[in-house]
Amino acid sequence: MTDISHVAGHTPAEEIKKIQDERLKEVSFVTKVMRRPELGALAGLILVTIFFIATADPSMFTLAGMMNILSPASQLGILAIAAALLMIGGEFDLSIGSMVAFSGLIFGSFLVLTGWPLLIAIAATFVVAALLGGLNGQLVIRTKLPSFIVTLAFLFILRGLSLVGLKWATGGSTQMRGIGDKAGEGLVREIFSGNALEGLFSWLAAHDIIAKFPNGTPTVTGVPVSIVWFVLFALVATWILLRTRAGNWIFASGGDANAARNSGVPVDRVKTSLFMLTACAATLVAILTVLDAGSTDSRRGFQKEFEAIIAAVIGGCLLTGGYGSAIGAFFGAIIFGMVSIGLTYTRFDSDWFQVFLGAMLLLAVLFNNFIRKKVTGER
Amino acid sequence: MDTNAPLIETRDIVKHFGSVIALSGVSMSVNRGEVLCLLGDNGAGKSTLIKTLAGVHKPTTGEFLVDGRHVTFTSPRDALDAGIATVYQDLAMIPLMSVTRNFFMGREPTKGVWPLRYVDFDHCAEVTRDEMHKIGIDVRDPNQAVGTLSGGERQCVAIARAVYFGAKVLILDEPTSALGVAQTSMVLKYIHQVRQKGLGVIFITHNVRHAYAVGDRFTVLNRGKTLGTFAKAEIPIDELQNLMAGGKELQVLSSELGGMV
Repeated sequence: MTDISHVAGHTPAEEIKKIQDERLKEVSFVTKVMRRPELGALAGLILVTIFFIATADPSMFTLAGMMNILSPASQLGILAIAAALLMIGGEFDLSIGSMVAFSGLIFGSFLVLTGWPLLIAIAATFVVAALLGGLNGQLVIRTKLPSFIVTLAFLFILRGLSLVGLKWATGGSTQMRGIGDKAGEGLVREIFSGNALEGLFSWLAAHDIIAKFPNGTPTVTGVPVSIVWFVLFALVATWILLRTRAGNWIFASGGDANAARNSGVPVDRVKTSLFMLTACAATLVAILTVLDAGSTDSRRGFQKEFEAIIAAVIGGCLLTGGYGSAIGAFFGAIIFGMVSIGLTYTRFDSDWFQVFLGAMLLLAVLFNNFIRKKVTGER
Repeated sequence: MDTNAPLIETRDIVKHFGSVIALSGVSMSVNRGEVLCLLGDNGAGKSTLIKTLAGVHKPTTGEFLVDGRHVTFTSPRDALDAGIATVYQDLAMIPLMSVTRNFFMGREPTKGVWPLRYVDFDHCAEVTRDEMHKIGIDVRDPNQAVGTLSGGERQCVAIARAVYFGAKVLILDEPTSALGVAQTSMVLKYIHQVRQKGLGVIFITHNVRHAYAVGDRFTVLNRGKTLGTFAKAEIPIDELQNLMAGGKELQVLSSELGGMV
């Protein structure tokens, strides 16, 4: 009897204590989640997914449908992640869309006109892009002009150069063909075009885990390499931002360049590197898409600079710098792909896309501002 | 190293910017475990002097000694390496970044080998929490943004950071000028703690009360020159105030306003 009264006397108190503990932990967990800049993008992605599950043809959510969505999302996403890092670092790059076209021209010319092997052509194109990105960065730093203006100038300069250069290289056409034939086959080609994981997909089809045609080949033969690049880039960029010295410097440079300089952060070097990164990301997209299409043209990457910035903002990046996330831009790009492709699976006119996009951008900015003010004590 | 020599000493420092004479012969010194207050009205040359000590400007002529040895700084990094840390009034912290990330900004400890070199931010957060705890500020979550801290707490984080990274001399640029009463006393208390650790502190202010509360000696600047250096015992607070504001005008104003200045 005494035992029972003893237990009965203590259990409620201990239970209350336990409940209080749990509540404490819950609050701190909520705060932790709220503090992540990509929360808005993740919430947006869930909302958009629910919307399409309710309205779209079920084939949208098959493996083939997912690849249809992720393919354009990955090309945009590579640009968006680079744009996000640059925005966190406190600058814009409006020239990335034009840079895609210009890199396509440079890459095509190296292959078709000078006849360089694929690996050399790719490396040389990246070097040219890095130099142009570095030029953007140095101009912004030395002139102290807003990067918005400097890169707006390069939006037109590079687009114009792509047109003029293509006509010069092809004798009057704005499209350069025959790049696919010159690229040849081999490991380098496989890294930059076609599908990855084909063996795995064949195996999955053979074991009836994924859909296959009557002759036994899987309906989806592999993951397009652009998706692999997209995922890898998102992971590496996130790791750099959150776990390395360079990441801390990026946040610091964008948050307050003067305070960062006073603490010994090499702000100018950080910003120049970021401009080089966005130019190289544009080049990667150019190489991936040009090799897939086998040709390049002057409209490649048209308006991608805005889409990339929108994806970065949906992903939680602050227009004034110092705040944002790479994984958020990853989700932002997927939302983009899902809405642009997903509407064709519904009975809605797919031209609703742009309306949807604008509304999404506005909502994302309002939501992110609200959360940020709550979490960071900004007034 | 001469342990009796002052931590920092300047002799007749002159700084010209083109035809403008910003400093025309400034002499001052700071010893271990001492708070030297640098007083002067706007335009007296306080900022130029700090920036010269911090390695931002190079003096035109004059001697600059650290630990009794002549030095020439060419960049702020040189000054930092010599153990002179400057905490600027509002340019020290980035509000959107966490306390931890601010604390280690520019001096993040890394682990591992390139390209997998990383910063152990969990360990950094622990160090930050401990360091803040030592000065009596309870940062429950060092991952919270600096923007959520009060102005006084921010100044204290900035000072704690400088102390943690081995500063011998702290230059505090008007750390209390934007703060309320409670916040000010928090910062002043912490300056006192830093002095007890044996660091030299140069406390720049134009508030004589704040200076008198923690200062051991006072150097008054006026129009780019030192008017003199006084130990606390040598000079009452009113006299210090008069000296700093150019004397007469303030006395006139004071009597006009019924002794309220």
